Amino acid sequence: MEITKKTVEKIAALASLELTEEEKERFTGQMDAIVHYFDKLNELNTDEVEPMSHSNLGDDPTASQREDVLIPSLGTEAALSNAPQPGAGHFKVPRVL
Amino acid sequence: MTLRDKYEAVIGLEIHAQMKTATKIFCGCSTKFDSEPNANTCPVCLGLPGALPVLNRGVVEKAAWAAHALNLHIQPVSIFSRKNYFYPDLPKGYQISQFDRPFSLSGWVEIPTSERDEHGHPTEWKLKKFRIQRMHIEEDAGKSLHEGFADTAQHSYVNLNRSGVPLCEIVSEADFRSSWEAYDYVQYLRKALMWVDACDGNMEEGSLRCDANVSVRLRGATEFGTRTETKNLNSFKFIQRAIDYEIDRQIEVLESNSRVVQETRLWNEKEGRTFVMRSKEDAHDYRYFPEPDLPPLYFDFGKFTGLKEAMERTELPESRRRRLLETYGLSFDDAALLTSGREMGDFYEETVQASGNARAAANWISSELLARVKAEEIATSPVSPAALGEMIKLIDDGTISGKMAKEVFDQMFKTGKSAGELVKEMGGGQISDTTQLEAFADEIIAANPKQATDYRAGKVALLGFFVGQMMKATKGKGNPQLVNEILKQKLG
Repeated sequence: MEITKKTVEKIAALASLELTEEEKERFTGQMDAIVHYFDKLNELNTDEVEPMSHSNLGDDPTASQREDVLIPSLGTEAALSNAPQPGAGHFKVPRVL
Repeated sequence: MTLRDKYEAVIGLEIHAQMKTATKIFCGCSTKFDSEPNANTCPVCLGLPGALPVLNRGVVEKAAWAAHALNLHIQPVSIFSRKNYFYPDLPKGYQISQFDRPFSLSGWVEIPTSERDEHGHPTEWKLKKFRIQRMHIEEDAGKSLHEGFADTAQHSYVNLNRSGVPLCEIVSEADFRSSWEAYDYVQYLRKALMWVDACDGNMEEGSLRCDANVSVRLRGATEFGTRTETKNLNSFKFIQRAIDYEIDRQIEVLESNSRVVQETRLWNEKEGRTFVMRSKEDAHDYRYFPEPDLPPLYFDFGKFTGLKEAMERTELPESRRRRLLETYGLSFDDAALLTSGREMGDFYEETVQASGNARAAANWISSELLARVKAEEIATSPVSPAALGEMIKLIDDGTISGKMAKEVFDQMFKTGKSAGELVKEMGGGQISDTTQLEAFADEIIAANPKQATDYRAGKVALLGFFVGQMMKATKGKGNPQLVNEILKQKLG
């Protein structure tokens, strides 16, 4: 897969980022190099290899689950303590819709 | 030929059902509905940096039940993926969902469905199979409020109590051909999920929401038309009406030689129409990728003690409906009513056991009991299946008449006493002793010679008069059938 300036612009738009022309050029080269590295990895035949999704699953792959038991929540006040604009117990944001 | 005959609708449904757990899917916060805004939140569901999700195994168990209820195949391994998009009520900037390897695949339901006439009455029930493509597990987003505050012209308000609430998304195949098929399917789905206790089915609280994909094509065509998606239908009525509206709208578009535009629409109940939310041009590119913070979900029945056995024991609502219909010879409506919920079915079958009379049990439950007890509260009915069964037995062995039974039943409700006790208090059951009844009859006929003569002269309607006198004399306890027989014989 080849990364072009167009690809970078699309991904920037999806990520709500505004890039300068200079940045677009630079990131095109960087992303292209990264994607090419994966092309290199793709040369290996991994048909018989299970993907290693995690390094700490041990013998029991379900051991990382929790029981359905309540843990005290933060509560409204603490939850909103870092909110730039709290209001009536809510996070206030610029109007959407 | 109407336009509806010229075209055929093709409908697929996506249902989001909240799994009935105490805590959220990836953290220990409560799923309680009516809490203070943002009270049930923690670093995980607020999306604070560094917080890590841990899967709630209660969700896995509920999802397994949901899969069982819909004949879906649970996959031994499924993968959580990130669905990336920006919205204020999605604090992480992505929703943890499942994508290319969902929790379960290839299910189906085969259920009765019917079109409705202009009064909303079913016209003809037919069995139809609807296939289910997949069901995956995901987290819910928060809730954005756009009205109700002084400055809502400038601001939206975000409540993250729902953020991280566990959902199953059930994706059907495009097997529905009318809004009523969709309606009957969603009704059944809700019943089945509640039946296995996977979902509380509360649509007002958002526990069950529906998105409808609708397209139309010329009848007989094999290609699908362009479809629209109508989102967030949270009542049966809305589902049916929104789909019907969308079918008519698309037919109108095609008839005016225009093209249907692929877009997402919202239903506006006040105006009774759907309107565009976004078109395909700004459709999202979600850039799904595997969630690195969660291991794959390995499903193993061995990790849930007794789960497999419990599932094997659980007869699903449609199987039970068919069994009741066949085994007990019930009417379609009675069988449907008596399997409207699992507890209702249990109540009915226990009453059949206790009474030995399937027909009478159905009649007493559907007419007398449900006039006094709400269907959802049948499990806590003041009259138990054993008590109702005992009463039906007293009718069947002639101890009480149907008329007395209504009085007895009423008293059972008010006092909690058994039918046997009440009959005793009321001075015993009905009088079926022929000698005793004959004595009464002789007395009455002797006391009313004129009526007796008239009857014998052909005024047979006077039998009613004599029956009335007999009932008066026996304080209403004369066995009606015997009373009739004896009077006819004596007056004959």
